[in-house]
Amino acid sequence: MGFLEVTLTLLSGFKTTFFIFIATLLLSLPLGLIITFGSMCRFLPIKILVRTFVWIIRGTPLMLQIILVFYGPGLLWDMDAMARTTAVLIAFVVNYSAYFSEIYRGGIESVSKGQYEAGQVLGLTKVQVFFRIVLFQVIKRIVPPMSNEIITLVKDTSLARIIAVEEIIMVAQRYISAKALIWPLFYSGAFYLIFCGLLTILFWFIEKKLDYYHS
Amino acid sequence: MAILEVKNIHKNFGKTKVLKGVSFSMEKSEVVAILGSSGSGKTTLLRCINFLETADKGQILVEGKPIFDASDKRKKSASEIRDMQLNFGMVFQSFNLFPQYSALENVMLAPKLLAKERADFRQNKKQIYKEIEQTCIQLLDRVGLSQKLSNYPCELSGGQQQRVSIARALALNPKVLFFDEPTSALDPELTGEILKVIRDLARKQMTMIIVTHEIEFARNVADRIIFMDGGVVVEEGAPQYVIDNPQNERTRAFLSKLSER
Repeated sequence: MGFLEVTLTLLSGFKTTFFIFIATLLLSLPLGLIITFGSMCRFLPIKILVRTFVWIIRGTPLMLQIILVFYGPGLLWDMDAMARTTAVLIAFVVNYSAYFSEIYRGGIESVSKGQYEAGQVLGLTKVQVFFRIVLFQVIKRIVPPMSNEIITLVKDTSLARIIAVEEIIMVAQRYISAKALIWPLFYSGAFYLIFCGLLTILFWFIEKKLDYYHS
Repeated sequence: MAILEVKNIHKNFGKTKVLKGVSFSMEKSEVVAILGSSGSGKTTLLRCINFLETADKGQILVEGKPIFDASDKRKKSASEIRDMQLNFGMVFQSFNLFPQYSALENVMLAPKLLAKERADFRQNKKQIYKEIEQTCIQLLDRVGLSQKLSNYPCELSGGQQQRVSIARALALNPKVLFFDEPTSALDPELTGEILKVIRDLARKQMTMIIVTHEIEFARNVADRIIFMDGGVVVEEGAPQYVIDNPQNERTRAFLSKLSER
């Protein structure tokens, strides 16, 4: 079994890994913001509902959530099983939105009241205050915690194998049963390492870009 | 006609009564300084007039037109409050500049956003923005910061930041400009440059209300002093009366405490 062949096979598994990663990221970044608005809502029932939801999502293992999304609808309502990747994506997006929403909330609440007031007395609308004044300051503040969470996401994608989605770990593991080879499994770690390295450089670059001022 | 008239303003925070019926009025081009110890309600009064707090009782009129009436229970839309807000400008104790924008961008932000609502904005966008930029550069020049247009707030001294925030408030051409202890967050050697700017504005007939602890400055620049204590106006009048010859016991106590410092 050649090194090159294993590399190519693992790379095809990494494609799925990357797909889960990028789709989760793109969907949960905006969804997290909506959850944030819910958990900061002045209307108490919505706030309680959203915070309970965040508690449940953060309080149970992602692995369990994936299993629940995949098998739950069939067991409860006798529905046809959905595509495995869809189930994984739903679980991941919901889970990561909940985590992102808390990071956003921390960022938004750290912007001083004076910034809102200054915007208000200058006649800016609430929407203008948020998008022209607050949001940018929030982004700058949440880059470090977000990069942490996003790097965790890269490795969490391996949980998808619990419902047999062919991401890189699953592909690598197959070499054990099929060819009695264990090194491809360890080799798969290099793929994560390189990808997280690239992300780290990207976040470093973003932080640097936003470093032109401090408040 | 009075440019600003405040009638019987009350404000409670929970059970604490902060304002217990404050009334005053001022004429165009007048400069009023509000004095009083901490907790006397000066800042809350300014915040109520500027819609940062909602008064529980009372009325506010601008040029005879009521812009606020606490007994009017109809909920005002955000845009109505905004239109009323634009009558006033406010300079905060802690500057509250937007850190991600340069000095010039801080001053231009609000006028640019406001210009978008003009009917001719689409056709004349470039021209309008250019005019706004010119005006804002002039304003920063007027407060002595023509060399700092592209500097970010974190690159400016406290005094320079406060001058930017004065220019920012002036950019919307307010009818009345409010200062909430504009020098309290500054080192003593920097307060002078702010007071100089305010004095210059007074000379140019700007209508202003200044909450301050700088008695000497109030005496020099204000046409009238309002002394507040315990949420009411205790004494008001020309500086030579209120500061030099106070009639009220509480005014006297406050001034003598200040002179002991």
